[in-house]
Amino acid sequence: MSVWSDRKTHQLIAPEFKKMAQKSAPKPPLAKNLLWAFLVGGAICVLGQAVQNYIMTVWGLSAKQTAGPTSAVMVFLGAFFTGLGLYDELGKHAGAGSIIPITGFANSIVAPAMEFKREGYVFGIGAKMFVIAGPVIVYGTITAVVIGIIKYLMS
Amino acid sequence: MLGQKIGRQSVSMHNPPYMITGSTIVGPMEGEGPLREFYDLVLADDLYGEGSWEKAEAKMLRENVKRAIAKAGLTMGDIDVILAGDLLNQLISTNFAMRDLDIPFLGLYGACSTMAESLLIGSMLVDGGFLNYALAAVSSHHNTAERQYRFPTELGVQRPPACQWTVTGTGTSVIAKTGQGPRITYGTIGRVVDMGITNPNDMGTAMAPAAADTLMAHFRDTGRDPSYYDAIMTGDLGIVGRNLVIELTRQNGFILSKNYQDCGTLVYREDQDVHAGASGCGCSAVVLNGYLYSLLRRNMLKRILFAGTGSLHSPVSYQQKETMPCICHAVAIEAE
Repeated sequence: MSVWSDRKTHQLIAPEFKKMAQKSAPKPPLAKNLLWAFLVGGAICVLGQAVQNYIMTVWGLSAKQTAGPTSAVMVFLGAFFTGLGLYDELGKHAGAGSIIPITGFANSIVAPAMEFKREGYVFGIGAKMFVIAGPVIVYGTITAVVIGIIKYLMS
Repeated sequence: MLGQKIGRQSVSMHNPPYMITGSTIVGPMEGEGPLREFYDLVLADDLYGEGSWEKAEAKMLRENVKRAIAKAGLTMGDIDVILAGDLLNQLISTNFAMRDLDIPFLGLYGACSTMAESLLIGSMLVDGGFLNYALAAVSSHHNTAERQYRFPTELGVQRPPACQWTVTGTGTSVIAKTGQGPRITYGTIGRVVDMGITNPNDMGTAMAPAAADTLMAHFRDTGRDPSYYDAIMTGDLGIVGRNLVIELTRQNGFILSKNYQDCGTLVYREDQDVHAGASGCGCSAVVLNGYLYSLLRRNMLKRILFAGTGSLHSPVSYQQKETMPCICHAVAIEAE
């Protein structure tokens, strides 16, 4: 089976070539990636839980009251390890395991902020800081509004 | 009789110009790769003492041009033209490097195929009798390319397996009417080939048809068989694209056997975790001007076909869901 339509003029058939390329495309190591994502994502959540438990016992707050301070601590850690140049090394192996937790959100804001500092505080950091996280905030807010309206109509 | 066009896409040099010098500078990661001993300078850090990666890339290119001129025993005044390019928007690395060099300059953009493109045009200008010395130079920098084409470097993303790693490096060749060294005998000008691939994380697949197209055009135009060459080197297809080129050409009756390799598979060790191999203008440039040039000078290689490959997409075209047009230019370099 040839992917060439004409051997003389050497015209490739695009759909045939795509099929051929898909067959030979390297597959991501799915099992390994899933395991990494599970372990790292799980570890970050366990750490978050430990922080929450600590704040609850030490400050004597309820679980609901602790959500804010716990998130703040985790965001700080995500930002801190991004600054040390370690979070991307973790993300290389963990994939979604380190992107989904709130530490990944911090990474997605701090990484462009660091990267675009050289273009200045306004058009660099200011404009580019939310280049990755911006869509998450926009669509997260829209979703929240829609869900809120549905809830209002149903009650 | 002067050099002439042969077939549809190729040119034959009448008095084949000499490639009298090859010079390279690479970043620290490339310096840890298997070709370490063939580079002229390995940078200790990828900022090269500058305030930004873009400035570092421009400095790398500029310093390597000076180094190549000195290695050839020439002065800046001897060089008639520099043909150079890089990957960044408006060719900023190249243009900014050139403002400190008092040499006539033509900027080229062929994405990662620019080394082959500049060699080809430089050779034609010299063989055509316009110039005595032409300089072909390109650069790429992993971090400048990454932030233009993909994500901020500190973002924790997982790279897919077909992904390649942009080389931090620059290569310069000095092309001369007379001198010593291997000679550029033939060139094949590529045409843009787009097979509808849209994934910028798999450039090897996108560029493979263009590479196969130009290689076959070269064999067809010159009447040469692939076995004529000691080494056929594509630019930066990586492992994925290389295998596709072998299969594509095989289907048309051209057998690329042990003498075919891709520059992108040579720059890094497997344990450097770059997935499908190296890419970028610098990839083929450092392999050609470092490794291959050195083997040609030592007569360990006599005849090579150097085929630079480039994907001509941009971040804007990708976001507008455009497919990736690709190109490949080839030059035959032969030692006497």
